[in-house]
Amino acid sequence: MSPRETVILDEPAIGRALTRVAHEILEKNKGTRDVALVGIVRGGDHLARCLQQRIQEIEGVELPLGSIDITMYRDDLASRGSLPVGKTELLFPLENKNVVLVDDVLFTGRTIRAAMDALMDIGRPRSIQLAILIDRGHRELPIRPDFVGRNVPTATGEKIQVQFNDNQQPVEVRVCKP
Amino acid sequence: MSFGHKHILGMDQLSADDITRILDTADSFKEISAREIKKVPTLRGKTIINIFFEASTRTRASFEIAEKRLSADTLNISASTSALVKGETLEDTARNLEAMHPDIIVMRHGHSGAPHYLAERCNFSVINAGDGAHEHPTQALLDLMTIRDKKGTIGGLTVAIVGDIAHSRVARSNIIALNTMGARVRLAGPRTLLPTGADRLGAEVFTDIKGALDGADVVMMLRIQQERQGSPLLPSNREYSRFFGLNPDNLQRAKEDAIVMHPGPMNRGVEIASSVADGPRNVILDQVENGVAVRMALLYLISGGEKMAE
Repeated sequence: MSPRETVILDEPAIGRALTRVAHEILEKNKGTRDVALVGIVRGGDHLARCLQQRIQEIEGVELPLGSIDITMYRDDLASRGSLPVGKTELLFPLENKNVVLVDDVLFTGRTIRAAMDALMDIGRPRSIQLAILIDRGHRELPIRPDFVGRNVPTATGEKIQVQFNDNQQPVEVRVCKP
Repeated sequence: MSFGHKHILGMDQLSADDITRILDTADSFKEISAREIKKVPTLRGKTIINIFFEASTRTRASFEIAEKRLSADTLNISASTSALVKGETLEDTARNLEAMHPDIIVMRHGHSGAPHYLAERCNFSVINAGDGAHEHPTQALLDLMTIRDKKGTIGGLTVAIVGDIAHSRVARSNIIALNTMGARVRLAGPRTLLPTGADRLGAEVFTDIKGALDGADVVMMLRIQQERQGSPLLPSNREYSRFFGLNPDNLQRAKEDAIVMHPGPMNRGVEIASSVADGPRNVILDQVENGVAVRMALLYLISGGEKMAE
């Protein structure tokens, strides 16, 4: 690790944050009825699976879990080039579901805008809520998370990296200075 | 991650890594065609002109569907409705189209090299949808996608391409692509329909379908163009069918799990028996389905341009 990088959350801290977010999701939705988890590829899909496991441990219910790739909904094709396209897998109908959209880092809000557009093209959920591991601020769109693992004030040029191990479990969150 | 190609003119410009990237991207795009709302906004605001100087149903429909599912604005020009019948040169047609600022031109032309000619002279991206007897890269890519889907891999497979090799742009693009991906290519056809120096294409040449089929993993049949019947190149359909037609008998020579492909349109009873064309090993409609995904992938990748991304 270079001196310009700082670990802000380690594995146990991430675990505690996710457990709290799992409880908050259950509290807000008064249980698991009609709740579905959809993770944004890549990062959010792994976290959505972690939340699904925790909710199963708490309530004994396996929530429907899907993943959504938003590459095709990005607004920066011309400036970013053709990024690799991931897989969207939503094997349950979205109709009447309260969908909890899950992502690792919330920054400008553009990814979430794209994810909501993508979800709406696939079906008509009753509501969309947003769960985020790290909210780093600097929003460019009127988007607000419902569940936050940790608020981290950052400078625009800094990068937040959520590291996953080979089993796609989150192990570390780092801030990298430019 | 930049794709690095502005145009798709032929398989000779694509490396094995490029091809893998196109096929991986196409795998992801395939899901869109299965949705209730078969549309994503990826190419919103892009203008694509499909200009077909030769008849085409499948390729043209496939391109147009791919473009529409990516939300591009599309426009079709065919030879009979274009100013070319009024004597305009290809370059003038292109210059006029360029003045309307299209982003991509998809072109089929009877002359080899016509898309390359445009690509050198104009600002828009060009996708070759078939040029003369030269190349048909999107067909080769959808064939590769189908082979990879069914066989899990392409490298190391034995692929028999049977028919009018000399006049087939499908064969040429596939020979290049299969060699790039490390497959073994066999060609079979009457001597009159094999190109001179066929062995130098990186393929094993047979003048009998049986030898080419022995132990093959993939059998790719080519269309016999009806207009050649009765010419010195091809005396009769019946004779061709007897020596080079694929039927349940000679198909037994191929591996038990061999797949049968055809780029269409098929002449049933000439190059392929109906019982084989409709049989359990045919993947002909998978090819058509994959065609849309492959074309979506190419349109997406070349629209990302040559710029470098973070």
